Amino acid sequence: MASESHIIEYKTLGLTLAALLVLTGVTVGAASIDLGRVNVWIALMIASVKAGFVLLVFMHMRWEGRTLQWSFLATVLFLAVMIGFIFWDVAFR
Amino acid sequence: MTAQTDPTGKKLGMWLFLYTEIVLFGGLFVLYAVYFAGYTEDFIAGAKELDLFFGVVNTIILLISSFCVAAGVTAVQKAHNRIALAGLWGALACGAIFLVNKYIEWGHKFAYGIYPGSDRLVDGPAGQNLFFGLYFVVTGLHGLHIIIGMTLLAVSLVLVTRQKITAQSNAMLENSGLYWHLVDLIWIFIFPLFYLVV
Amino acid sequence: MTSFYQTPEPAGFTGIRSWLITFDHKRIALLYLFSILFWFLLAVTLGGLIRLELMFPGKTVLDAQMYNSVFTLHGVIMIFLFIIPALPAIFGNFFLPIHIGAEDVYFPRLNLLSWYLYMAGGIVAIVSLFSDGFPDTGWTFYVPFSISTNTNVSTAVFAAFILGFSSMLTGLNFITTIHKMRAKNMGWLQLPLFTWSLYATAWVQLLATPVITITLVLVVVERFFNVGLFDPARGGDPILYQHLFWMYSHPAVYIMILPGMGVISEIIPVSARKSIFGYKAIVASSLAIAIAGSLVWAHHMYTSGMSDTAVFVFSLLTYVVAIPSAIKVFSWVATLYKGAIEMTPPLLFSLCFVYLFSVGGLTGLVLGAAGANIHVHDTHFVVAHFHFTMFGGTGFAFFAALHYWWPKMFGKMYDFKKAYIAAILVTAGFMLHYVPMFVLGLQGMPRRYYDYLPQYAAGNFFAGFGALCMIAGIGLMMVNLLGSLARERTAAADDPWGGVTLEWTIPSPPPLHNFDKDPEVMDYPYDFTKVAAAGPGAGSMDPETDK
Repeated sequence: MASESHIIEYKTLGLTLAALLVLTGVTVGAASIDLGRVNVWIALMIASVKAGFVLLVFMHMRWEGRTLQWSFLATVLFLAVMIGFIFWDVAFR
Repeated sequence: MTAQTDPTGKKLGMWLFLYTEIVLFGGLFVLYAVYFAGYTEDFIAGAKELDLFFGVVNTIILLISSFCVAAGVTAVQKAHNRIALAGLWGALACGAIFLVNKYIEWGHKFAYGIYPGSDRLVDGPAGQNLFFGLYFVVTGLHGLHIIIGMTLLAVSLVLVTRQKITAQSNAMLENSGLYWHLVDLIWIFIFPLFYLVV
Repeated sequence: MTSFYQTPEPAGFTGIRSWLITFDHKRIALLYLFSILFWFLLAVTLGGLIRLELMFPGKTVLDAQMYNSVFTLHGVIMIFLFIIPALPAIFGNFFLPIHIGAEDVYFPRLNLLSWYLYMAGGIVAIVSLFSDGFPDTGWTFYVPFSISTNTNVSTAVFAAFILGFSSMLTGLNFITTIHKMRAKNMGWLQLPLFTWSLYATAWVQLLATPVITITLVLVVVERFFNVGLFDPARGGDPILYQHLFWMYSHPAVYIMILPGMGVISEIIPVSARKSIFGYKAIVASSLAIAIAGSLVWAHHMYTSGMSDTAVFVFSLLTYVVAIPSAIKVFSWVATLYKGAIEMTPPLLFSLCFVYLFSVGGLTGLVLGAAGANIHVHDTHFVVAHFHFTMFGGTGFAFFAALHYWWPKMFGKMYDFKKAYIAAILVTAGFMLHYVPMFVLGLQGMPRRYYDYLPQYAAGNFFAGFGALCMIAGIGLMMVNLLGSLARERTAAADDPWGGVTLEWTIPSPPPLHNFDKDPEVMDYPYDFTKVAAAGPGAGSMDPETDK
């Protein structure tokens, strides 16, 4: 766990913020084009990329040890199962 | 004997707590996913009634506040106390603006007769009732988290001022920061799901 | 050596205050022990009342509305205030830090907070009893009834919400403790199996509990703001409530049973003086149960009207959970095979556990099969099945743990003869109580009904008789255990059973800081070569010869 002493430079943080703001613009722009249901998937994908930036840089996940990285993935997987398995029911009713 | 000196444990504990928050909101996203699949048209109609302007502004505000907090953490690690205080004040201000915006936005909806159990929603299309029901529950719960996050940041701010949080011992600030970022992270998903499904 | 009883902590606080504001994991464990025992005995009494009412047809001791409240209360207390916290909060708190050679849990203050939340949850549950009457919904709080009934659902739901927090924070604390506070030379595969089972449990507690939190919040929101998220008249889907509810509550049954399996995995090798069979297999099966158990929630809902595809998928997945459970049972039996077995009360309870849990597990397969399930859904068959797993499983593991660790926790040994008699009474009563219910269920007697047709009279009568027998056994057990505290001559040895995990290397009861010198971690936690070499009775079990 080399994370303890890792210091992120202001510049890295600033660039991350810039990227996040640009992506916000992109997602608003993408929403104005009518693609039907695909719109939702595009919006969610952009949101995931944004979430990735916040998670990896702002929340230092990039520099954390395996315990945190794996347990975070486990949580996301749990969430995916919750949402996904519901559709065994809902999609076939 | 094993003394409690491993500070990475505090961070691990905080992350574990954040997982519970993620799953908590996950339960609401389950409802969203199911009802969106069932009432896509109504959800799109509902999203059109929300004010995109407020959504975008609030997204930008939260992103900036997240940056402020992250910069504050860096500043404390580098012992730049002034910058740290500025970052925390900035984040708190952003949180306050966010809440004011939310208040105005909810007020508008109430004025149009859109609130849980209102005649317009009860008698209107079922899907729109669900959309706005979820909208109020999700943003309400998120707003509550903003208030909790602001409290944590305010405590950290006081501790930084009093030199209790320093480059050597900053677990409290780091953990408050993590909480604040999580609130932002959740908003990053709320925003497209409620404002952009048009 | 002064034990943790004699040294008040924090320094300067004595008497009751040294308990109510303590951060010592051992004292917090004892706080849990006595509060959980209180709730357990209360819920046993309520369960007895239910059986007494059903012993004869028609009205006997309770009226119908009261009956609904009593079975709801029995369920809520047993689930949220007894089975979920019992093993982790009492024995986990007491022995997890000692098992890993640590001085305390990682967050001692949070640990005390968890206890206060637990107490607050219990008190709110009682308050709801005396305000508008306890809910009559059953512990599952199904919508739409839970939203429309006039009884005090909101308060009871709030109680469950607080208790959820308590359980979640305990899980968080245990994970951090196991990751960050293991003794220097203790690797993951040197952890005792009880600790391993707590680790798997803690993850389920952490990830599944928030689901029930949000579900209960939604029930309260519906009651106060009438949003209509589950109201079919307004487009909502009541089955979604059941999905969310079981998304927590099915993993929760593994929160209940996994620590019990951990206890049995400790007692059996010690009593057989033989290394546990398949250490890694048991570890892996604990984790596998935790994971697979999270994928099967909808097998509670075959008759709810969900899609046939979901019925098929969840039925299939349910069968997968049977595999790791069976691995454990086979490992325990294989450990006993050709062991130098010393019969002790904890071992007797463990053996009963293995038998009763196997019956519970196998009848679970009957219920997991969608076709058979539809025949016995919501009948007494289900009641008998989950009491076999929850009471015959976790309950007996709890009794076994009480008898196994009692001498270590209090430094006192109880009377063996009374313990054996109690064990036999409880087990015999248990069989007489629940086996008739399997038959009643197959014959079609629904659960939760206040009255029944004449053909069910015989079975209900026997079940009621079994209940009395069981309650008598539990009473004797309590008298025996608590009585041992009062008597002078019953001091327990440091290692009465010949165990080799770290808690047996320190005095009974343990000193304040657990270890006075750095603990010596063995390469393998179940190495009995030294104990076996000392011959039978090595642990000087009998309190009489111990003097």
